[in-house]
Amino acid sequence: MKRKSRSAALLILPMAIWAIVFVGGALAYVLWLSFQTRASEGVGIIQKWTIDNYLKLLNPNYLKVLGGSLRLALLTTGVCILVGYPFGYLMARARPRWRSILLMLVVVPFWTNALIRVYGWRILLMGDGPVNSFLMALGLISSPLKLLNTFGAVLLGMVYALLPFMILPVYASVEKMDWSLVEAGRDMGARPWRVFWTVTLPLTAPGLLAGCVLTFVPSIGLFFMSDMLGGANEVLLGNLINDQLLKSRDWPFAAAISVVMLLMTSAILWIYRRAGGKASDML
Amino acid sequence: MKRKRIFAGIFLAVVLALLYLPIVVVAVFSFNENTNRFTYNFTGFSLQYYEQLFRDTKGLLAALWQSLKLALYSCGISAVIGTLGAVGMARRKFRFSGAIEGLATFPAMIPEIILAMAFLAMFSAVGLPFGMLTLVLSHVTFCIPYIFIVVKGRLAGMDPELPEAARDLGAGPVRTFLTVTLPLIFPGVLSGTLLAFAMSMDDFVISYFVTGSRTTTLPIKIYASVRTGVSLQVNALSTLMIGVVFLTVAFFRLIRRNKTIRRGE
Amino acid sequence: MLELIGLKKSFDKTPVLNGISLNMREGEFVTLLGPSGCGKTTTLRIVAGLTEPDEGRVVLEGRDITNLAPEKRDVNTVFQSYALFPHMNVEKNISYGLRARGVKRAQWQERVREMLRLVELEGYEKRMPDKLSGGQRQRVAIARAVVLNPKILLLDEPLGALDLKLRRQMQQELKQIQKRLGIAFLYITHDQEEALNMSDRIAIMQQGRFEQIGTPEEVYERPATRFAAGFIGQTNFLSCQVEEVLPDGGLTLSFGGTRFPARRPDFAVRPGETIAVCLRMERVRLTRAPQGACAIPGVLKSRRYAGGSIREEVEVFGGQEIALIMQSASEERVEEGQQVYLCWNREEAALVR
Repeated sequence: MKRKSRSAALLILPMAIWAIVFVGGALAYVLWLSFQTRASEGVGIIQKWTIDNYLKLLNPNYLKVLGGSLRLALLTTGVCILVGYPFGYLMARARPRWRSILLMLVVVPFWTNALIRVYGWRILLMGDGPVNSFLMALGLISSPLKLLNTFGAVLLGMVYALLPFMILPVYASVEKMDWSLVEAGRDMGARPWRVFWTVTLPLTAPGLLAGCVLTFVPSIGLFFMSDMLGGANEVLLGNLINDQLLKSRDWPFAAAISVVMLLMTSAILWIYRRAGGKASDML
Repeated sequence: MKRKRIFAGIFLAVVLALLYLPIVVVAVFSFNENTNRFTYNFTGFSLQYYEQLFRDTKGLLAALWQSLKLALYSCGISAVIGTLGAVGMARRKFRFSGAIEGLATFPAMIPEIILAMAFLAMFSAVGLPFGMLTLVLSHVTFCIPYIFIVVKGRLAGMDPELPEAARDLGAGPVRTFLTVTLPLIFPGVLSGTLLAFAMSMDDFVISYFVTGSRTTTLPIKIYASVRTGVSLQVNALSTLMIGVVFLTVAFFRLIRRNKTIRRGE
Repeated sequence: MLELIGLKKSFDKTPVLNGISLNMREGEFVTLLGPSGCGKTTTLRIVAGLTEPDEGRVVLEGRDITNLAPEKRDVNTVFQSYALFPHMNVEKNISYGLRARGVKRAQWQERVREMLRLVELEGYEKRMPDKLSGGQRQRVAIARAVVLNPKILLLDEPLGALDLKLRRQMQQELKQIQKRLGIAFLYITHDQEEALNMSDRIAIMQQGRFEQIGTPEEVYERPATRFAAGFIGQTNFLSCQVEEVLPDGGLTLSFGGTRFPARRPDFAVRPGETIAVCLRMERVRLTRAPQGACAIPGVLKSRRYAGGSIREEVEVFGGQEIALIMQSASEERVEEGQQVYLCWNREEAALVR
């Protein structure tokens, strides 16, 4: 090998080894595990090849969980677009001084523990929590509403936790957009909305797309949101894996669910790449 | 035009308010006098939970310490691995570069629970004792992508002729890296590491699965106490941490502003 | 002193250099001239050690340095982007190489001062690169490279980023610096004027090959290939039939039925072949009646004033338009649309295939 190649290879080596062992190896092991048979007792497995773990997923109960998870993930992404896109857009259009302050305000909560923030919502939504007290004080309701342990609460928590991941890529793509193109569109007599649909949106699509991936993918797996805000009424794929791993101790089945989830994620990433998305747009 | 600006301002303010609402609530209740675990009425000002927090050194503070230790180890290791990887990749394309990059950055793109499952299964298959070691191994794995991607971006913005110029002027590869490449990518290394640090401190899902009975990180502790009925010590600690974050950010902003003023820009 | 022997290089199976060879003498100023993508920069990088050739050798003063690391070569480079280290001031930039060699502080400071005097930037030691103008950066880049007393200085389009006026001035200064230091320069440009002005020899490059290597006068007066003739100067090509080869090697050609003599070509020709006569725009005259032996008829199509000169276009046989440049309007008044003759001196028209 040539001189230059050798030194470059040496630099990459630690990362390559780490990736192969701890990412490739670990995921390969999960794949292998998903085709094994569960031992009749404990967490053990019997090395017998089977596809039962995948067939088990076809059980209507589990299919419902799969559907519910997808529905929640889609809703989360949808709400994040509706709130995050205008937010990122307006933030990028603000005056430079305000822009940096807004950026800081969006990023700072991200530096505080997600569990703590979700816990804050839990307090807010409790039967005798601030939201109910406030609404009762205004006389809008006479008795406390059941806010906590509902689907709405889980959705709120998801959107809340993932919103910055929509705002930031949108902001980045709007900020580096060439505004003379919009002016050109206006100049040619297009109405503001038309310019938005035909110029602004396509130009900021990379950010929006990255934001969608960054909100959709994690929302499939955030099982603690359902635990903390949904009162475990909402069983999601993440919760299912959690239960299978730590309660039912059926690891091959948990592995099979993971593999299915991984395939879904890979499909989304593949579509994202095909649509021209880059990994670098996601940070 | 003016009305548009006002609407925009209101929208931004409302969303930001919602973003901060739960944080404010956590902070407010940390000063509550009420000792009843299950009701959330603010009955009066008190610092009792702060007092409890610092008295009970085996509880939340110990967990915070574990989290900090874990984040420091993982960020240190992943900063070195990720930076070297990015520098190597920028230097030359290999046939497997794309595959390695894809694999190394994969953890940042998939739901955490999958990695958690994978690590749990793999570590128990290999027979590694669950604890700090397994935590560090798994945190390094998901920290590498952040550092790698940020440093790679920084390198892409760097003139590739600069390290070449250093070599041309007689500096060996190590000297070139230390005096030219590293100083120029350092902001990237730093911000990638900070990002990874935040991710590591914040991680609950993966830690939850790969931790042992004797190592409790802060997110795990918080999760446990929230589920079992909370001691408002959690609020007290959270408030302190949020305060630290805010002060740090404000501090850096102030430094930056002073710098720009002194430069006369 | 420097020998390049049969250098070949491909990137991703696309050949960039197809076996080039070159000999450079001590203190010589050699320019690689060619369009972008012709392999100039790759050649330079191979000499610097920043790119490794697939085949061929680089020999410096009798020593094979083909596989030597860049930091171990007595060769320094002025990069196209200047590549000044943005986090170091002028002094630190210039002394970088000296410090890497372990030169003591007092010594390198003295050398930096000397160099700044050479490039006329005294007092700029503590400036950061982003506070310098383009021309100043250029000078720092040169100072940083020559402070190490290289055997050869490699310059990759060093004036490319400067405006025309500054460019002319820097051409002079570079030439002076080169003479004063006595260092050989291997210089890259795609600007023919720059190449003609500064070089001892020019190597015209195209598609990873040398088309011609020679002094500025040689490449201008006796272009070896059609590409060389077209790339340097403003040239019209007239495709002619060879009528006969005279005993002294001179030719009789015909173009559209007009016969005229031509000088002896540098390659063998046979009657009946088609070859091209290179008519430099400034060497063709426009007259009403044929003057001398070399003259072809045509019709004046257009005449444009271009400041100090006049550019005229004449349509000749077959519809081809021949452009020419005159310092002042033709003595004889000729109107557009009138019949004219294009005349030239036999020795001034080179022949290429």
